Amino acid sequence: MSNATKTSIHRDVLGASALRPDGAAKVSGKFEFSSDLHAEHMLWGATLRSPHPFARIISIDLSDAYKIDGVEAIITAQDVPGKKTYGLISSDQPVFASEIVRYVGEPVAAVAADHPETCRRALAAIKVNYEVLSPITDAELAMLPSTTQIHPDGNLFRHQRIITGDQNLQGEIIVEATYEMGMQDQAFLGLEAALAIPDSGGAGVEMFVATQWLHEDQKQIADCLDLPREKIRITLGGVGGAFGAREDISLQVHCALLALRTSRPIKMQYGREESFYGHVHRHPAKIWIRHHATRAGVIQRIESRMVFDGGAYASTSAAVLINGVTHIQGPYKCLNATVDGYAVRTNNPPCGAMRGFGVVQACYAHESQMDKLAVACGLSPVEIRLINAMVTGDKLITGQVVESVAPVERCIRETDAIEMPAPLARNANALEIVGGSGLTSLPHNIVRGVGWGVSIKNLMYSESFDDFATARCQLQNGVVNLKFATVEVGQGFVVLAPQIARSVLGVDEVIIDPVDTRIGSAGSTSASRQTWMSGGAVDGACRLVRQRLFEHVGTKHNIDPLRLVIEDTDVVDMLGDFRISVIEASTGIFIDETFEHHHRPTEELDENGQGNCHVAFAFVAHRAVVDVDVELGLVKVIQIATAQDVGRVLNPIAALGQIEGGIAQGLGLAVMEEIVLDNGKMRNPSFTDYLLPTALDAPQVIAVMIEEPEPQAPLGAKGIGEPPCISVTPAIAAAIRNATGRDLPRVPIRPQDICL
Amino acid sequence: MSANSEVYDLNVNGQRLQVRDAWVGESLLYVLRERLGLAGSKGACEQGECGSCTVIMDGQAVCSCLVMAATAIDSKITTIEGLTQDDSLTAVQDAFITEGGVQCGFCTPGLIVAIEHLLDNNPDPSQLEVKEAISGNICRCTGYGRIFEAVNTAVTTRRAINL
Amino acid sequence: MTVLIPQSLHDALAAATTNPDAQIIQGGTDLMVEINFNHRKPTDVIALRRVDEIRNYVVSADKKNVVVGSGLPYREMEHGELAKLLPALAQAARTVGSPQIRAAGSIGGNLGTCSPAGDALPVLSALDAVINLQTATTSREISVHDFMVGVKRNARQPGELIISATLPIINGWQGYAKVGVRNAMVISIASCCLVIDREKGSIGVALGAVGPTIIRCRETEQWLAMQIDLKNISIVATNLLKEFGDRVAKESKPIDDHRSTAAYRRHAVATLSRRLLTRANTQ
Repeated sequence: MSNATKTSIHRDVLGASALRPDGAAKVSGKFEFSSDLHAEHMLWGATLRSPHPFARIISIDLSDAYKIDGVEAIITAQDVPGKKTYGLISSDQPVFASEIVRYVGEPVAAVAADHPETCRRALAAIKVNYEVLSPITDAELAMLPSTTQIHPDGNLFRHQRIITGDQNLQGEIIVEATYEMGMQDQAFLGLEAALAIPDSGGAGVEMFVATQWLHEDQKQIADCLDLPREKIRITLGGVGGAFGAREDISLQVHCALLALRTSRPIKMQYGREESFYGHVHRHPAKIWIRHHATRAGVIQRIESRMVFDGGAYASTSAAVLINGVTHIQGPYKCLNATVDGYAVRTNNPPCGAMRGFGVVQACYAHESQMDKLAVACGLSPVEIRLINAMVTGDKLITGQVVESVAPVERCIRETDAIEMPAPLARNANALEIVGGSGLTSLPHNIVRGVGWGVSIKNLMYSESFDDFATARCQLQNGVVNLKFATVEVGQGFVVLAPQIARSVLGVDEVIIDPVDTRIGSAGSTSASRQTWMSGGAVDGACRLVRQRLFEHVGTKHNIDPLRLVIEDTDVVDMLGDFRISVIEASTGIFIDETFEHHHRPTEELDENGQGNCHVAFAFVAHRAVVDVDVELGLVKVIQIATAQDVGRVLNPIAALGQIEGGIAQGLGLAVMEEIVLDNGKMRNPSFTDYLLPTALDAPQVIAVMIEEPEPQAPLGAKGIGEPPCISVTPAIAAAIRNATGRDLPRVPIRPQDICL
Repeated sequence: MSANSEVYDLNVNGQRLQVRDAWVGESLLYVLRERLGLAGSKGACEQGECGSCTVIMDGQAVCSCLVMAATAIDSKITTIEGLTQDDSLTAVQDAFITEGGVQCGFCTPGLIVAIEHLLDNNPDPSQLEVKEAISGNICRCTGYGRIFEAVNTAVTTRRAINL
Repeated sequence: MTVLIPQSLHDALAAATTNPDAQIIQGGTDLMVEINFNHRKPTDVIALRRVDEIRNYVVSADKKNVVVGSGLPYREMEHGELAKLLPALAQAARTVGSPQIRAAGSIGGNLGTCSPAGDALPVLSALDAVINLQTATTSREISVHDFMVGVKRNARQPGELIISATLPIINGWQGYAKVGVRNAMVISIASCCLVIDREKGSIGVALGAVGPTIIRCRETEQWLAMQIDLKNISIVATNLLKEFGDRVAKESKPIDDHRSTAAYRRHAVATLSRRLLTRANTQ
């Protein structure tokens, strides 16, 4: 028999709050973000963008720009050698607009010059003659067949119905309303940047980019450059946050093209204003929804019609819409549904992925409804949700059975059990009161409100998309090298991957090789998928290595490999006395294994929205406590209590960081973040007027992590990145309603919505 | 005193560094990053609304994107790179790592400089004083919770060191 | 192209007079934003950061006035003696931008930029500040009301430097409040400063961000002086308080923009002014 298991809590294995390997570099300013990269003899690139939301390009005159000293190249649509368009789902977005521009900020040309100032002057000297057209900025209008088609592909990105069960059922209680969500921006801090270094001879290019999915970038760049994929080598540049905004191509193709054109390295980076124009945003949406319930509050049927404004180009609108329609029932049982969803093209800024991906919009609608339902049935917000809470085995309105662990009731109860914050003191410090140092309010002006939000969120990609992940593990002399293309955007995969290797292989020293396209795809860092998918790939590769190690040890020491296990940092015979350190066991050998992790296949939805289109689900509950100065309409979020279905906590501090960070983004959407549009133009593309929560806006967060290991997940852990930002927004809205009695069908909620 | 627009010196992290071929309007952030090879300070907004570019200048924490570099020729400037002389980490830097105060890391240098400045002037701040002191530093990843913990830890560590 | 960094007021004035078109830079918190965004490209710059004479404040011998130097950073106004003498200024200073901005920004900047959203300007208006402008050979005083001409337009002549604002030390009550959406780094949607001089029995109400310049609600002030005894603290009747706020709102000239609406801004200044008046009579 083996010796007693040594405890391993002192090692940075799964379950430990292992520290970031890039932490020292980041805290000392040495970590290189893509904007910090330089190359010898590099030129700077910059983009000319359309000032009009909809216009024909009559002519482009580059002559004056060429006269400027220091300008090395100017490119337009005609200089794109390969595919003229790109896109994540349909390639409808031009690298450069040629005949028509469809949104403010659409790229029309790019220059390469010796200095950013030269670039700026060159851009100013390019004369574009536009014939301004009347922009179509209302999604409902855009959908009408008689409306101008903005693009040859039409104004409808996708339409999806869900028809299931009794289409005529009328509930004893019927509650309906229309909800609206404004356009949120990901507003990552690390501005877009890339460095492209052309191969001599121009047959390829080496790129350093802050992105979310190296291989998808590689594919799109290669197609546009008309080069084989392997000629586009991408190494991940340090990423300063993403939250969905880096899934789409922004400056990659422009940068690569300029590099090939000039045969010089090209550095491109966006300022904050350009960043707002240069990436996709969260879809504004309008959702009509009607719930039918029994008098006792049991939901029987849901009807909904939702319109997502996808802006000028398709991006991932179709997939966002699918998330919207398939999540509209919320984490609640429902057998009858009539849902109609539209993702529409307009001349508004293009929309795509943002943390939550369509579920944020749906959740705002269904949670707002739950409170209305509660009132209509004489129940509390908690009671109505408990009555309807989904469990594992329930059928969704798509017909898919929820096979995931589904502790909805537990999420609600454990959130409910969290202690409420102390009431606002009569002599509270100004900074604790709504308005802060602005001294707008005194405690007697404040009303406190409490509100709830609960959500379901799919994990990984859906509708038959095989978003696999690849990882390679090498072991020699007690040191593991891991290689993957998994993008680290700050979420902590670089912490988790070594934890996996340490757990599986019993080593302590784990080196992460450069993250680049010299290995297979890891899929996108999005959809709360990397822990599951890339974690699964790393786990799989390490297990293969472990197997080979056991075979080696078994052969060398004449033990059946099946008897061998890893205990702490040793290889141990479970049925004998043999024990050898992993270091010793792996000295003098080199084991190298690559593994692809695939999730189970999913299906596309049929025309009635039926199909097993999602891989798995995670659940979370939020309770918000807010203080409201009702007369002035000002809000301070005091506490967010949450219990989240995480499956298994792999790194407690990292998990808490995701939860707190997601909550802050949901808070922003509830009360302060919106891109204000005026006939297709952004009125606030700056941090002066696009407001992000500061340290003084941060509420107290009390988080409970519910660990019911998910059997489907390779490590038992569910993705945790998105759930924190989904139901916190309706919880805060509900709390404000509770304090003010106002209906508040729209987020973000502005002061005038509350008090006028 | 004047700065010739093409060449001037700056006193950064205890060193006299020469700036060449500069345009007079360049911000200190731009000069640090693009002319002096000190890329630790970050730019995320160019308007003093995010704090990523925070440096210490003449004993004050300021946004370097709002300082005209050529006007700072007789100022003492400390950047993130100058907090320690070698590869060691300050108590604040260490706490950021151990308490999970770093995710993407873009806000981190500016935040750490602001906190070092706070603790150098107020070694035992209240929770509200901490929040107000860093209210000019935006973090998009963490929601600030682990950052507050990091500051608490750093306060304790610094107190122990000074005993 | 030059950057001059005069080390004394005398040198600064000489430089400004000799180069009347030179760009003056103090804290840089407004100007550098314009430069960073290429809205302004100065050729000659005079930086005032080393002119110590304008980086402090002086209490007059008779203790009736404070001369606040145009270069004194907002940070220095938040605490200590100056905060005790000019509490409304201290309150306004604390709301300016972020700690980093407050370490650099000054009232000289607020006056120079002359935006109606300038945080300190309602305080200067409510206290009838007097602005001192100098060249190498001249010195003149101008009321802050005459100094603020329009949106980002002031009465400073080329070659003049803004030297100081002289503010009275009031025996009475003064307070400031500013509305924004966030709880820090607040861009003003509307602001209000209210000053009651108990010796003179007068009141000043000034509004920010609700007109092309700071709005001084003189009609409302005159009306209120006839309704209540401003020399003494007294509870203001509810209907009077309501009318006070309504009158303040009527004197404001707010617009709709991407930050807020005219209707909300009117409502905000009505509410803020009422609350400040209540605080004046209860604190």
